[in-house]
Amino acid sequence: MLLNLWQLLSEPFEFAFMVKALAVGILVGVVCAVLSCFITLKGWSLMGDAVSHAVLPGVVLAYLVGAPFGIGAFTFGLASVLLIGWVSARTPLRADAIIGIVFTAFFGVGLILVSKLPSLGEWTAANFGYTPPLLDVRSILFGNVLGISNGDIVQTVIAGGITLAIILLFRRDLLLFCFDPNHARAIGLNTGLLHYTLLALLALSTVAALQTIGIVLVVAMLVTPGAIAYMLTDRFGRMLALAVSASVISCIIGIYASYYLKASTGGCIVLAQALLFLLVLVVAPRRGLIARAWSTQRRNAASGAGQRPSVA
Amino acid sequence: MNETETAILVDRITVDYNGVVALHDAELRVPRGAICALVGMNGAGKSTLFKAIMGFLKPAGGRVLIEGQSVAQAQRKGRLAYMPQAEEVDWAFPVSVQDVVLMGRYGFMNILRTPRAIDKTKVTESLERVGMSDFRTRQIGELSGGQRKRAFLARALAQDARIMLLDEPFTGIDAKTEGAIVTLLRELRDDGYTIVICTHDLASLASFCDEVALINRTVLAYGPLETTFTPDNIARAYGGIFNHLVFDAGAGQAIPRQALAARARGTQPAADQLGGR
Amino acid sequence: MGIETIWLWFAAPFQYPFMRTALGVSAFVGVVCAVLSCYLVLKGWSLLGDALSHAVLPGVAFAYILGLPFALGAFVSGLAGALTIGWVKRNSRVKEDTVIGLVFTAFFALGLIVISMTPSTVHLTHILYGNVLGIEFDDLLQTLIAGSVALAVVGVLRRDLLLFCFDPNHARAIGLNTQFLYYTLLALLALTAVAALQAVGLILVVAMLITPGATGYLLTDRFTRMQLLAIGVAVISCILGVYLSFYLDASTGGCIVAVQALLFFGVMFLAPRRGLLVRARQRRSVRPASTQLRPVTEG
Repeated sequence: MLLNLWQLLSEPFEFAFMVKALAVGILVGVVCAVLSCFITLKGWSLMGDAVSHAVLPGVVLAYLVGAPFGIGAFTFGLASVLLIGWVSARTPLRADAIIGIVFTAFFGVGLILVSKLPSLGEWTAANFGYTPPLLDVRSILFGNVLGISNGDIVQTVIAGGITLAIILLFRRDLLLFCFDPNHARAIGLNTGLLHYTLLALLALSTVAALQTIGIVLVVAMLVTPGAIAYMLTDRFGRMLALAVSASVISCIIGIYASYYLKASTGGCIVLAQALLFLLVLVVAPRRGLIARAWSTQRRNAASGAGQRPSVA
Repeated sequence: MNETETAILVDRITVDYNGVVALHDAELRVPRGAICALVGMNGAGKSTLFKAIMGFLKPAGGRVLIEGQSVAQAQRKGRLAYMPQAEEVDWAFPVSVQDVVLMGRYGFMNILRTPRAIDKTKVTESLERVGMSDFRTRQIGELSGGQRKRAFLARALAQDARIMLLDEPFTGIDAKTEGAIVTLLRELRDDGYTIVICTHDLASLASFCDEVALINRTVLAYGPLETTFTPDNIARAYGGIFNHLVFDAGAGQAIPRQALAARARGTQPAADQLGGR
Repeated sequence: MGIETIWLWFAAPFQYPFMRTALGVSAFVGVVCAVLSCYLVLKGWSLLGDALSHAVLPGVAFAYILGLPFALGAFVSGLAGALTIGWVKRNSRVKEDTVIGLVFTAFFALGLIVISMTPSTVHLTHILYGNVLGIEFDDLLQTLIAGSVALAVVGVLRRDLLLFCFDPNHARAIGLNTQFLYYTLLALLALTAVAALQAVGLILVVAMLITPGATGYLLTDRFTRMQLLAIGVAVISCILGVYLSFYLDASTGGCIVAVQALLFFGVMFLAPRRGLLVRARQRRSVRPASTQLRPVTEG
């Protein structure tokens, strides 16, 4: 029995593509988990969703001209948030509506480009002598880490590495910015810079996670680990550690599941994360369902025995 | 009053939000070493003025000077400390009391915000001064209303800023904490601090504030309490006189009777003497 | 270019039955979405619209596997997503926007897994990107039914829904069943998403559910006018989008959404009162210092 389990765990490692997938998956998991703590505390889940969708036209254009997809993605991701900021300063509309309008506009343009790829490819071939390779749209949208190329790995590592470095170095200022931007401004910090740094990090992490999990599900990586950790602790340091652990565990489980079930890798990773959250929701000490039901029961028993329940 | 004696100068500012003018031609001078109350109804521009002084928004016209410099310069030197309203704080944020107080020192620390010995000392001192040393490792959500105010007051103290702006500092706290905070504010004022308070509590401010500014789309009047906090001005700000403010018209000055008595005694009026709280 | 050429350009698509259907269906979907979009924008449910449209995927996948109408699967799945969001919110301290992101991606992931494990994916691509140019009769019927039911319900509950969006506490105080209104609005959202799936596809449904309402909001202060303007904007964008997609041979959903966005930005610049050009002109005119603005005298 134990031998079977060992075989189950080790078999994928015979394949180079699996080793690469696991390594990349873990890196992406770590990067997104760290960022996710800030994003969830700042209430930017929708922003994460928006930035990740807005990169599509950038990726397509990058492919057409032969540039690294990361550059196209980052440019358009940043452009979308700048546009969101610009519109929200000038209209009375609520933030969530503006974000929705802008990212769907970008994504719509992206879909137009995707649908015209063959003819656009011919156009660049005729005019610039450059024939873009075949673009697998599904891997952009839904990830394809099992088939990731070495060139893409390089971009992922660079984007992920920069993100991690910036976040960890400036984590105190970023945390202050998430907690109390007014105080940050009062003591002379450049809150505009912090705002756009965090957004740029969102765009970068999308670039990093693109190949692993795809555009549509990136927001899960940027939201769920933070949520899991938030259910378990009151201290930010521990929150970071827990988020990273949760993310790495789900990435590993997800990749394994995808290998054995022959199912979408991105889907498996995200579902694993969601199930982990559900588990934590139920069993978390103090904040989980079981813990709260138990303490309610104890309180009822205490008052039933004639003692006054103490004021919390 | 010359330049060096003026802590805050608001020079005819106008602020508009997306076409709606919230404040027009507002003028205010707060002298150094005074406690000044900003009063006015909700929506009348009180918090707008507050934000303009703090530099949280840029006026469309006019300017704000802090100790003779622009707000941006004052911010860079950390001359302004800010205490937020309770509603604006995310109490579920995973930071402890000492984390929050340390945030007051960020302006002095290096780019990576590594705390030095002096920063840690200041944090400890500030916590002691507000009586929160025992709670330093608690997450802020675990604190009572009064303790929460004191934690943020400690942050302002740790910042070593001589000008403090407090947004509704007395809302929702117990009498004991209120007394403690008022005492602390008086001590700071005597030390030369300038304190601006945004408040609704008309009845009690007369007992410890030196200056007041009445706001209704502009600064209707500002200056020392005795000459500014008059029935006329209050009527212009609020559209009438409240039931719980009783004026002693017999004396030459017109300030609430309870406050007059309290000043004569040198104490703060007891809670039951101040109706309408 | 003579007038005849323009007329030809305009009339050419009408020769094709599939184009006539496409124009009709997308205009219809545009109307339904626009009507609902006004409520969503006012209630601040834009993110929920995004979430619900993604949450329908597993339902659609299972419907195809079981041979059930896709609309049924989508509706059930979308509603399940909304209910799950509510449940998680009530039982955890996690903030609302985080919960929404978490739940809808979980549902979408489940849908992806199921799709990736089942061989036939043709119809499912249409669900993701829309397929109004090639819509089949069964799907057309489901779209029409879902949309009509949604319109009918909104027609009946118009005022109550508006009050619920504006001031749910007052609604409760005067005896309205706010729980019922809440779930009705959610169900309408799910129905509308189902209807819009065919026109623009799952990923872009949220655009149809936000942009028309937002555009209307920039143009007027009155709700009825807002709805009419939203409908107008939506119908124009759907028709123009389908035309564009026909002539460019490009993604229909993408074209519709792009046109909608352009209309929004156009309105943003040119709107009579709130538009940027008007406000720029206002700011340039100097306001005399002696202007006495009415002080606030009422609470």
